[in-house]
Amino acid sequence: MLSELSSENAEAVRLRILVVDHNPERASVVRQALVDIGGYMVEVAPKAGDLLALLRTAQPDVLIVDLDLPDRDTIEQLRVATRERPRPIVMFVDQSNSAMMHAAIEAGVSAYVVDGLNAGRVRPILDVAIARFKAFEALRQELDQTKSQLAERKLVDRAKGILMRAKGITEEEAYDRMRKTAMKEQKKLVEIAQSILTAADMLR
Amino acid sequence: MNGDLTPIRAGFIPLLDAAALIVAADRGFAAAEGLRLELVREVSWANMRDRLMLGQFDAAHMLAPLAIAATLDPDQPDMAMTAPMALGLNGNAIVVSAALHADLGDAAIGDPGDPKVTAAALARVVAARKKRGAEPLVFGMVFPFSSHNYQLRTWMAAAGIDPDRDVRLVVLPPPYMAEALAKGQLDGFCVGAPWASVAVTEARGRILHFGVDLIARCPEKVLAVRSRWAADNARSLQRLVRACARAAAWCAVQAHRAELVAILAAPERLAVGRETIAALLDGRLVIAPDGSTRAHGQFFILDGAASLRPDRRHALWLYAQMVRWHQVAPSANAQAKAGAVYRADLFDTALQDAAADDGIGAFAGPAFDAENLDVYLKALTGSAIA
Repeated sequence: MLSELSSENAEAVRLRILVVDHNPERASVVRQALVDIGGYMVEVAPKAGDLLALLRTAQPDVLIVDLDLPDRDTIEQLRVATRERPRPIVMFVDQSNSAMMHAAIEAGVSAYVVDGLNAGRVRPILDVAIARFKAFEALRQELDQTKSQLAERKLVDRAKGILMRAKGITEEEAYDRMRKTAMKEQKKLVEIAQSILTAADMLR
Repeated sequence: MNGDLTPIRAGFIPLLDAAALIVAADRGFAAAEGLRLELVREVSWANMRDRLMLGQFDAAHMLAPLAIAATLDPDQPDMAMTAPMALGLNGNAIVVSAALHADLGDAAIGDPGDPKVTAAALARVVAARKKRGAEPLVFGMVFPFSSHNYQLRTWMAAAGIDPDRDVRLVVLPPPYMAEALAKGQLDGFCVGAPWASVAVTEARGRILHFGVDLIARCPEKVLAVRSRWAADNARSLQRLVRACARAAAWCAVQAHRAELVAILAAPERLAVGRETIAALLDGRLVIAPDGSTRAHGQFFILDGAASLRPDRRHALWLYAQMVRWHQVAPSANAQAKAGAVYRADLFDTALQDAAADDGIGAFAGPAFDAENLDVYLKALTGSAIA
């Protein structure tokens, strides 16, 4: 059950925030950033699973959810008020600022608040979440890039080896040939390397 | 050459009825229409709706009632959706725990394959639990606006069970269903293929009914786009619909089965075992942990214009369910808007110049009609003379 406090009373007490994120490192960074601002009680859950039970025990005013988790669909059910839950939670969409929702979804995060909570109080929380999620996304992309660069270099090295043996040329000459072919055919070096490996494999 | 293709970004959820969209992208049907169809796998319908709304997706594999609900959402006036094509019919199943299955078996009077019999049995089980003060049974479904929700409710209500009072209905993502059933957090659920099969093998659940037992022709997912996008990109939309319709026709050809299974089973698509997918396409499902199976030719219907062409009655039936279960307030305006989400006219326009609709695709002359050779020949001789 979500907090039953009226919004006036809620202004006086610390907001309870629940962060549901499958990435524990990111969750703890978000948590720390929120704690640093002060005025919040922050709880973290790695995976919702039984989100309804989690909400009942945590009773958050604000819910931050990782978009990579399928749990958002469960929250959709809570957007409707029922006897059991008179204050529904609503998705945080500041009508004056749809750019913020765009930024949040882009960053991979979504936020929900209990109905009646002042948007001004939620804004800084969402700002923090978006910023931290974005930073993590940038980091992940960098890592992916490094990984793929490494994999590409391995392919090129293997193709070089095949050319050197087949043609009896030096490593430098082999590399030069591949580079020239790539330029002539307007392809990436790694694509040429892949062609050599495929051909070598078929001819073996 | 790739530079000439029009890029289209579409989201899909790894479910069997994403087949038309997946095959359109992976088997060249989109490219043949001049489209570079990029598919993005999504994990939740809420993400799908938001990304479509924000323009991060051009098109989406979407729950038909969600497309209607988003169109009717008073908080999002710019959110009107258009469904120029349905992505098949049926495909759901109701799964119950071994314990509930046993209780239903004890309470059933008559053929346990008849949903009226099982619903009445469920009503008795529910009443008995209430009497001894037990917690209400908990049933899972995938989204508030889903045919899964309406199928469960239709089934229960047929025996006088109030789904909002006598049991608990909860939304749970399909990947969590089997685990929740095994842990006893759920007593049953309704999901699309392939998730029912997963729960039988992983959680010792029992498939009680196929969706088709309850609703013979149940609307499921549609190809959804923003109405504004549809208006601004009429040509691209026609091409997309054509590509998906041709892909669906290709899927229906038995000779393509092995290739279809391989395409769908791929890790970046459904990521489910080939045998499971092949069985689902045959409408043959393992229904109990002992390995016993049941087959139904209409378990999932993908092919044929009747399952792809948006049927306005389907949109209105879904709207009626939303009204029945108090999800939307009824009004003439809402009803008209709901019906207008399904755009058979766009489907027809897109397929008008689809040459091979008659199975032949001659470049000139009347469409071939295998059932009326006389009419066909008369039309031919007529035009030849003129």
